[in-house]
Order: sequence, then C-alpha cells, then structure tokens
Amino acid sequence: MTEEIIIAGFGGQGVLSMGQILCYSGVMQGKEVSWMPSYGPEMRGGTANCTAIISDRQISSPVLNTFDTAIVLNQPSLDKFEAAVKPGGLLIYEENGITRKPERTDINVFSITAYDESVRMNNTKVFNMIVIGGFLKVRPIIELENVIKGLEKVLPERYHHLIPLNKKAIHQGMEIIKERHSLNQA
Amino acid sequence: MKELRLMKGNEALAEAAIRAGADAYFGYPITPQSEVIEYLMREDPARRTGMQVLQAESEIAAINMVYGAAACGKKAITSSSSPGISLKMEGISYIAGAELPCVVVNVVRGGPGLGTIQPSQSDYFQAVKGGGHGDYKLIVLAPATVQESVDFVKLAFELAFKYRNPVMILSDGIIGQMMEKVELFEQQPRSTHEYEWATVGKKEGRDSVIVTSLQLQSEEQEKVNLRLQAKYREVEKNEVRFETYECEDAEYLFAAFGSCARITRKAMEMARARGIRVGLIRPQTLYPFPYDDIRRLSEKVKGILTVEMNAGQMIEDVRLAVCGETPVEHFGRFGGMIPSPDEILEALEQKIIGG
Repeated sequence: MTEEIIIAGFGGQGVLSMGQILCYSGVMQGKEVSWMPSYGPEMRGGTANCTAIISDRQISSPVLNTFDTAIVLNQPSLDKFEAAVKPGGLLIYEENGITRKPERTDINVFSITAYDESVRMNNTKVFNMIVIGGFLKVRPIIELENVIKGLEKVLPERYHHLIPLNKKAIHQGMEIIKERHSLNQA
Repeated sequence: MKELRLMKGNEALAEAAIRAGADAYFGYPITPQSEVIEYLMREDPARRTGMQVLQAESEIAAINMVYGAAACGKKAITSSSSPGISLKMEGISYIAGAELPCVVVNVVRGGPGLGTIQPSQSDYFQAVKGGGHGDYKLIVLAPATVQESVDFVKLAFELAFKYRNPVMILSDGIIGQMMEKVELFEQQPRSTHEYEWATVGKKEGRDSVIVTSLQLQSEEQEKVNLRLQAKYREVEKNEVRFETYECEDAEYLFAAFGSCARITRKAMEMARARGIRVGLIRPQTLYPFPYDDIRRLSEKVKGILTVEMNAGQMIEDVRLAVCGETPVEHFGRFGGMIPSPDEILEALEQKIIGG
C-alpha cells in the first residue's frame, strides 16, 4: 500500500497540520511516512499545500507531481491540483467557496461540507478533522485508534481535552462526505 | 534506548547537535534553515547538557564565534542557507587554515544572489571546490533523509575532530523542511578532553599554543599546505561514503545526491517498471568523492545521467571519474524548481538511451 496525497487550501484551514496528523497516524500504524510542506511565497500569499505519503515500503521521492488523492479546500487549489490526480485516483473538495466544480470523469470525486458542519458543531477549528474523517471513510488506510494516537502526538498536552471533540469531528466527516462521481457510474 | 519521532529535517539536525554533545551553536536565522536556531532556542540545551546557543549579530560573527570556540577545543556548530554561507566563507577558510574542527550546515536555497527561498543544490561547487580562498578542503556530507540529517551531525563531529578540519553538511530546502520518521541516538556526554592543540590557558608544564592561519614566511606556509594536502589524501583514502541502488544488472546509471537522489530513485523505479535497467549511485560524501567507485560502475553501463538541482556541477566530478570513456549527461532544474520523476525519466530516455 502506498497513498500519495496532496492537501491544499488557504492558510489557516489547517492544511499543514492535516498532513502531519495523517503522517503521525501512519507512524502509529507502523507505516513509512513523509510530509513536505510548501514554505514559499504561495504560503505567504494565502494558499498552502503539503504532500503526505503513507506507505508500507520505504519512500523514495518526498516531492511528487501526480497523486493518488487530492484534498482541495478552495478554488485556486482545485484549479491547480485537479489535473494532478492519477487516473482512477480520488479528489475530495470542500463545497464552501467552490464556484467551478471538478470536471474530470476518469477519477473518483467526493465533496464535503466540512465548514458548515464545523459551524454546526460550534467550533470551526475542527474543520480539518471533519475533512480527515471524510477522507478516511473513502480510503480507510489508517485505523481510527491510530489517528487518535497520532493526535496525542501532534497536540500539546494542554489541548488533550479536545481529543474527544476531534474524534467526534472525524465521525461527522465520515457521515457527511458525498459521492459526486465514481468511475463505476462512468 | 533509541527513540522514534516524526521530525522536520532542520529540527532533527538541531536535536542531533545537542545529542552529539556539542558545546556551542552560533547562528543567524535565514529561510529555509531558521528552524535549526528556533528549535535550539526553544529547547534551551544549556538546561540539558550545558550547550550554549547564541544568535549572533550576523553570519560573519557566528562563524568567527565558531572559530573561537573551536580554538579552545570545543565542539562548535553553525548553520545557515546559501547567502549566509557565502558570508561565512572567509571564516571557514581561516578555520581550515588554522586546522580546527567544526561543523557548518548549509540548507541550500536557490541562487545566485539572494535568489529564492526554495530548495536547490547550486552550492555544490562552493562546498566541494573551495568557496573561500586558498588550497583547502571541507569534508562534505550530503544527507538525503531526515535520518541522515541526524546521523551525519554525529559523524561530522567525529570526522572534524579526527582530521582537525571543518566539515560541511550540505542539506537543502527539501530535506530541511520535510518531516520523516527518525531514530534519535542517545545523548553523548560533552567532552572534557584537553586537546594539546587547544588554547585552554598556559599551565605549568604546558607549551604555549598559538592558533593562527597566518604564516608570513613562505617556507613555513608551504609546510602548512603540504601538511594539509597530506591530510586530504588520508581523508580521500578513508572517508568515501556512497550508496548504490539496483546497479547489479544496470545498463544505465543515474548519479544524484541529497534530496535529488530521492526524486531520482522514484524515476528509477518508474523506469524499471517499463523494463529499463537503470541503477543509481548516491554519493553521501561529496568530498571525498567516490571517483573510483563511479569509474568501476561506469565500465558496465552505456551512459550516466547526473540529476541535480543546479545547472550541472557534480557532473564535472562524474566526468573526471570516467575519464571520457562513458557518456555523461546532466539534467537539472534550478532557481528553486524541483525536478519531477517524470521529467527525469524523460531526460534519461532522450539524453542517454536515445542519445
């Protein structure tokens, strides 16, 4: 198993920490992982992305130009990374703020309304955990218990009381993710 | 007990400096290397081992603080990124001339000039061929993983003290910024050894020690140079390090170092999946360079492609290794652009297989 993921969105949406949580969770499950952030002008200008790779085998390149999965959280990221999904791969997008929907028919497309859900949960900070939940529903590559262990590693101890809330957010994400286009329908 | 963590290359390197028993770090922030000093400031190693961490007023001050600490026989380390390393070059030449041990880390970004903050390998020549003035050599280690960023700090101090020579760790923006699993070695004690060459104060029965890179008598300065050259021959004999991948049946060969070797390895896997028998050699020491090993491997292949994030620097050493007997071509992206595995494979097909 190798899952090559690009996560992209606005700075502040928790893009970089999503990648870190997935990687830490992967470590907890005994996988090889690599995480590579954008750290350049694009980050300072508002959009950020990171490449997260989770694999059973040693990882060669930490930098890629095509991906098994793209998780895009805003329109510029969708525009940039839709074409980078491998044929047969997966695209997940946050519906809020998307004006042009994905057009490719050779990939599986899912959408999620994580922002609206986080507002309903009275905590927009769990937005990215809702998205992670959605992703893990479609690609169950890591067990939930290892995601929680990963969170325990990423979050400083003073925030550990928030872990149950994050767990709930993951569950909500699994509930609300919607299939938009699957290869079987095509 | 060894400890497994998920860490950024820069942070892992900083932690390794503490664990290697370093006495002091002097530095000045610059992207994409600033996490080294940020981590050390946050970690406050004075509390753990007594190691001193200081943000100098400039890169030039930082390297000269390293010079001073090294003259006292202390384990000193500094880090910066390309423009900052250029500023340090005068001091590095002085330290090499004075035959003192120290570790200098360059987390390379694109140049020339202020260039870009994105990853690059365009400081190969500066690291390997000089950079500062005079006939001196740095031992140059090129990590390709976060794990090597840790292991090479320990190795760098060992080599620096073994040869009384500055050692450079040539990282880059990819290795510095990425996170990977890393196994940290156990805390090494800080040394209390009094080296006979160190300026630790003239006690009774101890000869006075003068640390200098200045010899106004040419006869004496030539002796210094001869001693340095003899040392470099020893380094070349003993310290060549490299890794090879899938070279046993290879018809073609990639040569790449650092992060670029990782991307090239992906291109190698893709090529193999298409039935192209290509291998990869990754020098871990850029000086001393694995000339003999590349020559040996070259005898079995039809061509070599060097892949570098520069306009073609290591290619000159690969060409020296094969003495014109095997075609050697270069593929590179520069200015902070990172080559993709597809591009590398395409370059192999066009420049070597079709060439």
